[in-house]
Amino acid sequence: MAVMTAPGTTYETVIGLEVHVQLLTRSKMFCGCSADYFAAPPNTHVCPVCLGLPGVLPVINRAAVEAAMMTALALGCTIQPDNKFDRKNYFYPDLPKGYQISQYDLPLAVNGALEFAVGGETRRAGITRVHMEEDTGKNLHATDPATGAGYSLVDLNRAGVPLLEIVGEPDLRSPEEARAYLTTMRQLLRFLGVSTGNMEEGALRCDINVSLRPAGSGAFGAKVEIKNVNSFRAVERALVYEVERQRRVLDAGGAIPQETRGWSEERGQTLGQRSKEVATDYRYFPEPDLPPLKMDPAWIERVRGRMAELPRARRARFVADYGLREADAALLTESRAVADYFEATLDGDRRPERARLAANWITGDLFAATPDREALGDSPLTPARLRGLLDLLDAGRINRTTAKQVFNELLARPDEDAAAIVERLGLGQVSDDAAIRATVGRVLAENPKPVADFLSGKAAAKGRLVGATMKALGGRGDVAVVNRLLDEELARQRGG
Amino acid sequence: MAGDLIYLSVDEARDLLDRREVSSVELTEAHLARIEAVEDRVKAFITATPEQAREGARLADERIAAGAAATFTGIPITLKDVLCTRDAPTTAGSQILRDFLPPYDATAVARLREQGAVFVGKSNTDEFAMGSSTENSSFHTTRNPWDLARVPGGSSGGPIAAVAAGEAIVGLGSETGGSVRQPAGFCGIVGLKTTYGRISRYGLIAFASSLDQIGPATRTVADCAHTLGAIAGHDPADSTSAPVPVPDYRAALTGDIKGLRVGVPREYFDQGLEPGVEAAVRQGLRVIEGLGAELVEISLPTSLSGLPTYYIIAPAEASANLARYDGVKYGLSVPRGDLLATYLATRRAGFGAEVKRRIMLGTYALSSGYYDAYYVKAQKVRTLIKAEFDRAFGRDDGADGRAAGVVDVIIAPTSPTTAFRIGERSDDPYAMYMADVLTIPANLAGIPSVAVPCGFADGLPVSLQVMGPAFAEDLILRVAEAYERSTDWTARRPPLDGAPREAIVGSGV
Ligand SMILES: [Zn+2]
Repeated sequence: MAVMTAPGTTYETVIGLEVHVQLLTRSKMFCGCSADYFAAPPNTHVCPVCLGLPGVLPVINRAAVEAAMMTALALGCTIQPDNKFDRKNYFYPDLPKGYQISQYDLPLAVNGALEFAVGGETRRAGITRVHMEEDTGKNLHATDPATGAGYSLVDLNRAGVPLLEIVGEPDLRSPEEARAYLTTMRQLLRFLGVSTGNMEEGALRCDINVSLRPAGSGAFGAKVEIKNVNSFRAVERALVYEVERQRRVLDAGGAIPQETRGWSEERGQTLGQRSKEVATDYRYFPEPDLPPLKMDPAWIERVRGRMAELPRARRARFVADYGLREADAALLTESRAVADYFEATLDGDRRPERARLAANWITGDLFAATPDREALGDSPLTPARLRGLLDLLDAGRINRTTAKQVFNELLARPDEDAAAIVERLGLGQVSDDAAIRATVGRVLAENPKPVADFLSGKAAAKGRLVGATMKALGGRGDVAVVNRLLDEELARQRGG
Repeated sequence: MAGDLIYLSVDEARDLLDRREVSSVELTEAHLARIEAVEDRVKAFITATPEQAREGARLADERIAAGAAATFTGIPITLKDVLCTRDAPTTAGSQILRDFLPPYDATAVARLREQGAVFVGKSNTDEFAMGSSTENSSFHTTRNPWDLARVPGGSSGGPIAAVAAGEAIVGLGSETGGSVRQPAGFCGIVGLKTTYGRISRYGLIAFASSLDQIGPATRTVADCAHTLGAIAGHDPADSTSAPVPVPDYRAALTGDIKGLRVGVPREYFDQGLEPGVEAAVRQGLRVIEGLGAELVEISLPTSLSGLPTYYIIAPAEASANLARYDGVKYGLSVPRGDLLATYLATRRAGFGAEVKRRIMLGTYALSSGYYDAYYVKAQKVRTLIKAEFDRAFGRDDGADGRAAGVVDVIIAPTSPTTAFRIGERSDDPYAMYMADVLTIPANLAGIPSVAVPCGFADGLPVSLQVMGPAFAEDLILRVAEAYERSTDWTARRPPLDGAPREAIVGSGV
C-alpha cells in the first residue's frame, strides 16, 4: 500500500532492523564441528550432520542455547517456557538438508528493548523476538578463465553455525539512530562474550526495513528491505541514501512499492533486486528430530547468574568503586576489551589517583597506539607491564616525560618490564641536589638574556630557564627540585 | 551339515558357536550358500556382502576363541537397506542413492557390529520405505517365500523374506506405519515395532521422523528379545531416543500370562478382514485365554482415523526429509543448464512414482493455507489416538489402574488380509495403503507392538499383533512368547526346498 502525499509534506522515517548474530560457541548448533570456520579451507569444518547426509540427526548445542538466553535476558526479553525448533523449507545449494532448523511460532524470547544514545540523548527501541537457528553454508560464484563459463562452488564450513535472529520493532527514526542501535547491540554482544559482533566477517548481519510516512501519521508506508549491508558505516549510508530516494519519489507524486533492494558500496546506492515471481512459502512445521525445549526457570536463573556485567552497570561501578569521572568511565566501558584491560591494570588497587592515572594512560597513549580497541587483549603491552610503569611514576622514579619513552619501549619490547627499561636506558629521574645545582648554574651562565629579563621583573622568563635546565638534564630532572634550585640561584643573583 | 545350520535360533547358534561345534565361518558360509540357492527366487537382497560377511566371521571366530563372545558374535544378520553401513552401499531402495556409501554405521548397526555380528547383506525395501509390498523398490520386487507369486509385504519385505527363507538368522527392518509387522505377518515370522524412542534412529534413513523406528525381524520371539536387547537404549546422537533403562528382554519371557487382561478392539475386526484371517486370529485369542489371560472386548474408535492421519503426517515429514536429495552433494546428479533445472532433472530421474506422490502430498499438506486444515488437524487426531490407547491401558491421568475396561495388552490382527499377489494392488494406492490400516495406530500412538504368526489361511501365513503401553516391550514379548510356546506356527518353514506347501501348512487353522 502506497502512502499518498502531496509535495512539501514532511516525512517521518520508520526503520526496523533484523539482526543476525553468530554465536561464539566452540561447536556448531547441532553437531560437534568447530564453529570457528573463519579463514578455514573450504569444507574442512564439516561432518555427516552439517553436510545433511542421509539418516543423521541434529543434537542441540546447550552452550548455544545458553548464549542465546543470555542475549535475550540482556535485552530484557521474556524467555518463553516452551521452546521448539521448526523446519524452514527451501532449496538452495548452501542449505544441505533442504531445510533450515529455525524457530517459528514459539521463539526463544519475546518483548524486549535496547537503550542507546544518540546526540547525548537516550533512546529506546523495542525488540519483538529473539530466536535461534542454524547458519547456512556459502555459495561461491566464479568464472572458468578458459571457457568464460560461470560456475558455483559450495563451502559448508559455515553451515550449522549457531545463529541468533534479533527482530527489532520499527522504532528507529533516523539513519543515525539505526547505526547507534546497531553499535550498542554489538557492544552488548561483546560484553556478554556471545559474539565477536564483527560485521566485516559476517558475525553480525543486518537486514534493514525502511519506509517513510507523513509526519504524524500512524500508518506505515510500504516497507523496503535493504540487504547486503556489511558495515556500520554502510548501514548509515544506505539509509541516508534510501530515505532521500523515497522522499524524492513521494515528493514527485510517486509511490514506493514493497521491494527488496541491495546496497552497492561502490556506487553508494541501493539498487532494486529482481523480485521473485512467487512469494516463498517456507512450509514451516515442528522439527520432529528435536524434542521441545523446556526452559526451566531454575535454568534461566542459573544462566542469568553467569551473565557478564553489562556496559551500563560496569560504567556505574567504575565511578562508584574507583572514583572515576563519568566521561572516563564511559570511555573505558565502550568496549569490554577496554574495561577488562583497565581492571586488569588496577589489579584490585582501588586508589582513585591510581585509577585516574591508569585511565589517562589507557585512553591517551594506549588508545593512540592501538587503533583496534578490541585487540587490546592481544597488545604486547599487557596490563601487568603497564602497571609496572604506573608504579615507577607513583614512586617518583621517572617523570611524565621519560614515562612516555618507557611506554614506547614497552610496546616495542614485549620481553622487558618497565623497571628494566629504565635501568637499561638510564632513564631514572635525577633529583640529586648537587647534580641539578651544577646544571642550573651552567644554564644561568649560558642564558644571560632570560636571567636579565627575570631579574627585571618578567616572571614568565623563568619558564625558559626551567625548560633549558630540563633539557640539559636529558628530560630526567625532578621538576620540583629544578624549580626550587632555580629559585634559590636566581634569588642569590638578585641579592648579589 | 550346511543345511542343518539354516533356520537356527540365536540361542541354538550361540550354543553351537560357544561349544566350538560350529565356527562362525561355517555358519556364515552356510547362509551364503543358502543365499546362493534361493536368492534368484526370493530376491530379498539389494546388495549381498559375502566378503564383508566372511571377514566378520573370521573376526568373530577369533573373539569366540578368546572367550569374549557376546550374544551376536558370529551370528549372520541382514539389514534393511535404509540402515547406514560404513562398509556397504546404502540405497534406501532408490536410484537417487544407488551408489551411496555412508561414512558411518547406524547406531543400531554399530551396536550389533560391536558384538561381532556378521552382516550378510543389505536387503530390499520399498523406495525410502514408502510402500507395503517392496514393489516400490527401484531395484526389484522381493517374493514371498511362501508363494513366489505374492508380495512379502513391505516396506521391510527384504529382511523379512530373507529371514523367512533362512538367508539370515536375524534381520533389522524399520517401521513407519507397520513396515515390519505387516511383512512379518505375510511371511510367517515375528516382527517388532518398539516404543518411539526405544531404539536410536541415528543412521536410519529418514522417511517420517516422528514415526520411524528400527524393528527386529526374527523367526522366534526369543530371537526378537535378544535383538531388541542388543540395539535398544538411549543414544546421545538421537535426541528423540529415550533415556529409559533397557531390561533383560530375554529373561522376561517367562511364559506366564495368567491374570493378564487382554483387550480385543472390536473395530480392528471390522476392517474388511478376510474370513481366514479372522478365524486364525480368533483361534489365537482362544489359545491365549487358555493360558489364563482374560479377554476383554474394548472399543478403539479413533484408531480408525489412523490411516488418513498417517497419510498427512508421514508425507509431510517425508517432503522435508527427502529435500536433501538434490544432486548437489552426493547421490544421483543430473546436471542441467541452471540450478532449478538440475534440481528438477535429478529428482525426476532419481525418485520413483510413489515417492513423488508422497512428496507432493506432504508438500501440499504443509502449504500456506492448507497447513491448519491438514497438518495441524492430523496432529490433533494423532493426540486423540494416543489418548485413546492411554485410556485403554489405564495410563491417562487419574485413571484407576484396574478400572473397568482397562487392559494390560491389546491383541488384534496384524493385517486384514494375507499376502496379495504381485501387481494386484500396484495401480491402486488406496488398496495398497489399506494393508497398513491395523498397524498404523500403534505407530501414531508411539506404542510397541509385536506381530507373531498365528496360523494359515489358504496356505498363507496369518499374524496377530500384541500391543502394549509405552516401554512395555517386555510385557508384549512375554505374551507373544507364551502364545508361541503353545503353538508351532513359528516352526513352520516356507516351501522353498521342494516340499509341497500343503504338507507344511496343514489344513490351515
Ligand atoms: Zn558438523
